[in-house]
Amino acid sequence: MPKLKTLWRKLTGYSLFFPLTCLAIVLIINLIKTPTFFHISINNGVLYGFIIDILNRSSELIILAVGMTLVVAGSGGTDISVGAVSAVAGAVTIFSLVGSMSSDIYRIPYGLAILLGLLGGMACGAFNGFLVAKLRIQPMVATLILFTAGRGIAQVITQGFILYVRKEQFKYLGNFIPGIPVPTPIFVAILVVAVTLLVLKKTALGLYIQTVGINAKSARLVGLNATLIIFLVYTFSGLCAGIAGMIITSRVYSIDANNAGLNMELDAILAVAIGGNSLGGGKFSLAGSIIGAITIQALTTSLYAMKVTADQLPVYKAIVVIFIVMLQSAELKRMLHSMLNKHSIRKAGRKVA
Amino acid sequence: MNKEKEVLLTMRNIDKRFPGVTALSKVDFTLRAGEIHALMGENGAGKSTLIKVLTGVEEADGGEIHMQGIEHPIQNRSPQEAQANGISTVYQEINLCPNLSVAENIFIGREPKKFGRVDWKTINRKAKEILDRFQIHIDVTKPLENYSVAIQQMVAIARAVDISSRVLILDEPTSSLDEQEVEKLFNVMRNLKEQGIGIIFVTHFLEQVYKVSDRITVLRNGTLVGEFETNKLPRVQLVAKMIGKEFDDLSMIKNKVDLSKNQEKAGVILEAEQLGRTGAIKPFDLKIRKGEVVGLSGLLGSGRSEMSRVIYGAERADTGVLKWKGKKLVVNVPMDAMKAGITYLPENRMTEGIIADLSVRENIIIALQAKHGILHLMSRKEQEEFTDRYIDLLQIKTPDRDVPISQLSGGNQQKVILARWLLTNPEFMILDEPTRGIDVGTKAEIQKLVLSLAEKGKSIIFISSEIEEMLRVCSRMIILRDGSKVGELDEDRLTQEEIMKAIAGGGYHA
Ligand SMILES: Nc1ncnc2c1ncn2[C@@H]1O[C@H](COP(=O)(O)OP(=O)(O)OP(=O)(O)O)[C@@H](O)[C@H]1O
Ligand SMILES: [Mg+2]
Repeated sequence: MPKLKTLWRKLTGYSLFFPLTCLAIVLIINLIKTPTFFHISINNGVLYGFIIDILNRSSELIILAVGMTLVVAGSGGTDISVGAVSAVAGAVTIFSLVGSMSSDIYRIPYGLAILLGLLGGMACGAFNGFLVAKLRIQPMVATLILFTAGRGIAQVITQGFILYVRKEQFKYLGNFIPGIPVPTPIFVAILVVAVTLLVLKKTALGLYIQTVGINAKSARLVGLNATLIIFLVYTFSGLCAGIAGMIITSRVYSIDANNAGLNMELDAILAVAIGGNSLGGGKFSLAGSIIGAITIQALTTSLYAMKVTADQLPVYKAIVVIFIVMLQSAELKRMLHSMLNKHSIRKAGRKVA
Repeated sequence: MNKEKEVLLTMRNIDKRFPGVTALSKVDFTLRAGEIHALMGENGAGKSTLIKVLTGVEEADGGEIHMQGIEHPIQNRSPQEAQANGISTVYQEINLCPNLSVAENIFIGREPKKFGRVDWKTINRKAKEILDRFQIHIDVTKPLENYSVAIQQMVAIARAVDISSRVLILDEPTSSLDEQEVEKLFNVMRNLKEQGIGIIFVTHFLEQVYKVSDRITVLRNGTLVGEFETNKLPRVQLVAKMIGKEFDDLSMIKNKVDLSKNQEKAGVILEAEQLGRTGAIKPFDLKIRKGEVVGLSGLLGSGRSEMSRVIYGAERADTGVLKWKGKKLVVNVPMDAMKAGITYLPENRMTEGIIADLSVRENIIIALQAKHGILHLMSRKEQEEFTDRYIDLLQIKTPDRDVPISQLSGGNQQKVILARWLLTNPEFMILDEPTRGIDVGTKAEIQKLVLSLAEKGKSIIFISSEIEEMLRVCSRMIILRDGSKVGELDEDRLTQEEIMKAIAGGGYHA
């Protein structure tokens, strides 16, 4: 019995325990409802199945969550503009490719257009970073500006139209590259995660971000430039939103300023929270956020599979999310713990008596 | 007259384990009405843990707590519950709200109401009255964070004393108070004692223990050594009981670096000309030579911390110039000073020192890492070597190098912060209360360390609210009053009386 208890303690002490449990629960429920859930087949030379679909669809979310994780860690705030910023980036890219009319001819090279889109995302991020780091505006308020204005900017760029790129090559990024059975977005997500992990591992950036997020005053006194670091994480988050915007627009080979990336900021924040990261900043786990992102997408996909309609989706999602977040609450853990303890004390008392 | 006082509180067989540490093992503790009971022990002995278990911050793994007048064993599940049971506490780490006003902090959770609304007028007036009792005259409507650690400590004490009904717990309340403040506190404590309140008093200052306490309980490594009557336990024996071996903390003779013979040759390393910052410290001149330990001395709010902060760039100077080795040094941010070889150990460990969730290792290497730059991440092996070296050198008590620093005892956290700056191998150290919360044995070690650094040619600015300690290590003293430098005392005039006289204004102060 005591052995079991220490094992349990060890398990629950492992930081990825809760995110993984959440994901497992969602997957198991799916498996029960849909026995073919884990089935993967090849149709028309590409992989096909629920799992592939979830991974594919979660790519943008994973990318956004990577940026969001660092924003949360470094500034103890959230970037609620990422959905809108991805629309801006998408608009910049498509506008520079085809101008203000849908077309099948590129005005400038594809690579350059992508670069411009990413720069657009970064510029938005840098704007947020400036407001938060330099002007010390509350992150929520600072990013609220682009949250509302971002889609307007995208509208201005597209001049109010939904612009299409009618060219097969443009679809590759958000769908499949001919001859490769795995959806391209998965590669992009892996690339973003890998590069981020590499930078965090090879430089002191991760340590700096955590230090600033935990105690900005101490950080300054040990010689760190807290302002610069916070500015950087927001700029990076903008870049991530830009990358996500590229995938989003390529999936539907068009830009719809009103709907591209809609509500994705909420999912990204949730992914970070489900990943076991404190929204108060400080220590972070990128792996947790990635698992969180996949969990949310799995949830969305399975709710759709259960014939929940798009407008009801948020309600169900909210219920599940409340449940998941409650599972992780430190207060609840403490309560459970003390209940367990009281139980054992009472037992010990009985033994003595 | 000496009849046995009635027992207020007993703790029996208290056990408390943390992962990798047994903080308390079968500890007994008894508090009587109308006594001041000192709780003593080395850093990490379990003093704060015992208090936290009593007041419901931590939950014991075993044992019982009884309180007079309550039949069943009590178990406080939160500090609020403890308060309801008549126990009020000043924790070692001040847990007030820095951004609320001083008055709000004193009345938080028990605000007087008028017509169902918080009665601000009464709050502010009463807060002023309460602080007046300690002769602290500050603007109670200003945020607490505007004031020094010492003032914050006094506010926490004032709040607890005002709440106190039967038991008052003070965990190292005097760690950054100077003599006058300590005396005021003791008067209040004696007063409460007269009223039959039991007081638990944790401190590392032996003189204070002998001055106010009636009884002493000593802990060592989480176990009870014993309970003693203060006047029957000589000081040397108390120290022996605490550290488990003979040790005479007073025998450490003053062996200051003898600069006198080569004073002319030893070059000036740091020079300030009319350096100052509006509202913090008036423009001052300062010259510090290689291998000198210079003390900054003054009452609360005299500007001793502010002076060191503008030198380091923690606050930007708005007048004057700083010269480093004869050349002008522009210090806009701390990194500018760090690059030159200057370090600063801040007075407030909680808000400016520790990085709470990071490990002991990360807390130790962070400053050196920052100096190396973001692209030159130190290898894990290097980090571990450095960490182990300082854990060893400063006897930091920790289960291993990768536990969060917040899980260390207060004194051990202080050692980690000190290690952080020693590791950068500075030429010039500013140490603001470096031995704050550190136990007798280690304190002597650290003082020795400071002297040996000076011997190796490092220069040090040393600030301590304990004049005794300043006398041991400083070879010169700068006197500050009301935010400006008012004078200097050379080696031959460094005596307790001279300093006291100087900081109070030579007796001519109106
Ligand atoms: N939250 C915690 N998690 C893990 N270990 C802890 C925690 N709090 C305290 N400890 C450990 O328990 C032991 C006793 O710590 P405690 O804070 O009671 O010491 P102390 O006697 O108050 O020391 P100091 O004089 O330095 O304040 C230490 O070894 C410390 O590392
Ligand atoms: Mg303590």
